[in-house]
Amino acid sequence: MNAWLLALAIGLCGGAAVWLILARDLLRVVVGLALAGTAVNLFVLMAGRVGSGVPAIMADAETVLAATAANPLPQALVLTAIVIGFAFVCFALVLLMALLAKRPEGDVDRLADAESGAGPDGKPQPFYAERRA
Amino acid sequence: MSGALANLALAPVLVPLTGAVGCVLLAGRPRLAEGFSLLAGLVSLLMALLVLQAVGEHGRLALILGNWAWPFGIEFVVDRLSAGMIAVSALIALVCLVFQAARVDPADRRSAALPLVHGLMAGVGGAFATGDLFNLYVWFEVMLIAALGLLVHRGRVAALDGTLRYLVLNMVGTLVLLTGIAVVYGATGQLNFAALAQAPASPLLAAGVALLTVAFLAKAAAFPVFSWMPAAYHVLPAPVLALFAGLLSKVGVYALLRLFGQVFPAAMAHWQAVLGAVAVATMLAGALGAAWHWDLRRILAFHIVSQIGYLILAVALATPAGYAAAIFYTIHHIIVKANLFLIAALVCRVAGSYDLRRIGGVAAARPLLAIIFAVPALSLVGIPPLSGFWAKFLVLRESFAGGHWVWGGAALVTGVLTLYSMSKIWIEAFWKPHPAPVAVGRLPLAALASVALLAAITAGIGLFPQTLLGFAGQAAAGLVEVTR
Repeated sequence: MNAWLLALAIGLCGGAAVWLILARDLLRVVVGLALAGTAVNLFVLMAGRVGSGVPAIMADAETVLAATAANPLPQALVLTAIVIGFAFVCFALVLLMALLAKRPEGDVDRLADAESGAGPDGKPQPFYAERRA
Repeated sequence: MSGALANLALAPVLVPLTGAVGCVLLAGRPRLAEGFSLLAGLVSLLMALLVLQAVGEHGRLALILGNWAWPFGIEFVVDRLSAGMIAVSALIALVCLVFQAARVDPADRRSAALPLVHGLMAGVGGAFATGDLFNLYVWFEVMLIAALGLLVHRGRVAALDGTLRYLVLNMVGTLVLLTGIAVVYGATGQLNFAALAQAPASPLLAAGVALLTVAFLAKAAAFPVFSWMPAAYHVLPAPVLALFAGLLSKVGVYALLRLFGQVFPAAMAHWQAVLGAVAVATMLAGALGAAWHWDLRRILAFHIVSQIGYLILAVALATPAGYAAAIFYTIHHIIVKANLFLIAALVCRVAGSYDLRRIGGVAAARPLLAIIFAVPALSLVGIPPLSGFWAKFLVLRESFAGGHWVWGGAALVTGVLTLYSMSKIWIEAFWKPHPAPVAVGRLPLAALASVALLAAITAGIGLFPQTLLGFAGQAAAGLVEVTR
């Protein structure tokens, strides 16, 4: 039952994330990336098999973990992935704010500062620094 | 391999991390920070050579952190392939740091980027040294966050836009990688490379390998997901650009080589045709993109893409000789590509622009620079007796020997297209008179020395290829043999 709920959550998060990442609005793209990270984190947790609620702790006399204990490794992996993902979302949000300050419309399709594309003659336009010179 | 010597496997991470921390602590005193950074770069190279020597003697260095019993715990394994990549990346990092210190571009005066450069090198070193799939993901992320910091460093709107493209495509690639790792772990219960190599095949594992392959191809800037690279690279300061061009996408190729050469060799049966097709498309797309552009940096960035195609082709040949060709090609390519971007910065300094339509006359103004450019440029095209000739010769011989006529043919066509855009650079920037001559000062000696050193290495590999050929052969043999 738990696994099915988790699978449903992964599917919903993942689907919403793809929809948001493909949007033209910059903020939606960033939120989509955060949501995609969440979906993948849940997926990593699920890959380690969910279901057991027995803590992965050995008593003093024991040398082998009980077979019914939960798998601790995916939790360590997910924790790492969450921290890394959090850093990237923070970076993306700061980048978003810096970009919006200069390009307030925040439209992905109209961002052409890094790549100027072809001019009217079909040849590549000079890069921004060259145009300014 | 155990004992104190095995601790050397951590050096590729620890030395650059020390450099990064030191540069942060010395941020208030820029000259001291710069000196410390150069020192860290030098120590990094010396340690890398020490690792190379130790690996040459013992075959491999393996260290499990926390002294867990294998296959538990995170393992650092440095074999010949890793040691070679670590050594060449440390060399490029040092040359780029020297070039940065020479201040070819006046905008390089701020040294706030130094901790990020060392952070990037820690990520690169970790990715080459680790023997654990999840740990590889972590190092990819260390590299990515440092690369993003370097991209936005100057904060112009074009840099922000380029960073956004880089960020979104690389984050999607990373998430695919993480999903692939989860599937592989779910299928086998292992994350250690050597343990994964012994895991039984299953449909679930094949799905995981597919996800990993897609992710590594995206990280290597292969067709059709290469657009993040030429979209972002030209906003970088020259020394950092050379570092990115030399190393970042090659880590993706290294991961691909590790994946198919050592960890999942059986999966190659399903992937060979796909990798070959991707390689052909990548080679041609990169060479055609380069042919259209007029900005020096963008031409060279598209050339990276086409060269990545050759590397993937060599991996797709799936024979020890093919892997050896891939290793030889990667090492040659890192040196040549970083050098070309550094020379481009010097050309811009002499002629005043990166746009080929606005510059010219460099050969008359700076004959020495023209000669230094000719070495890596002709090497990239594959003219004997330079290193690129041997690299291409190995790939072509192996693909024709394996009966892959289409792949080899596409590689030859790409070579002609590469020659076309290299001639374009040569004619426009070096031969044609300058449309509006500008007065320039002297080129910094340290910058000239660094490009001359890389050009000399390129020529040296070309004239005496046997050393590197032997090393690549041993590295490929060490890759395919089952270890542990």
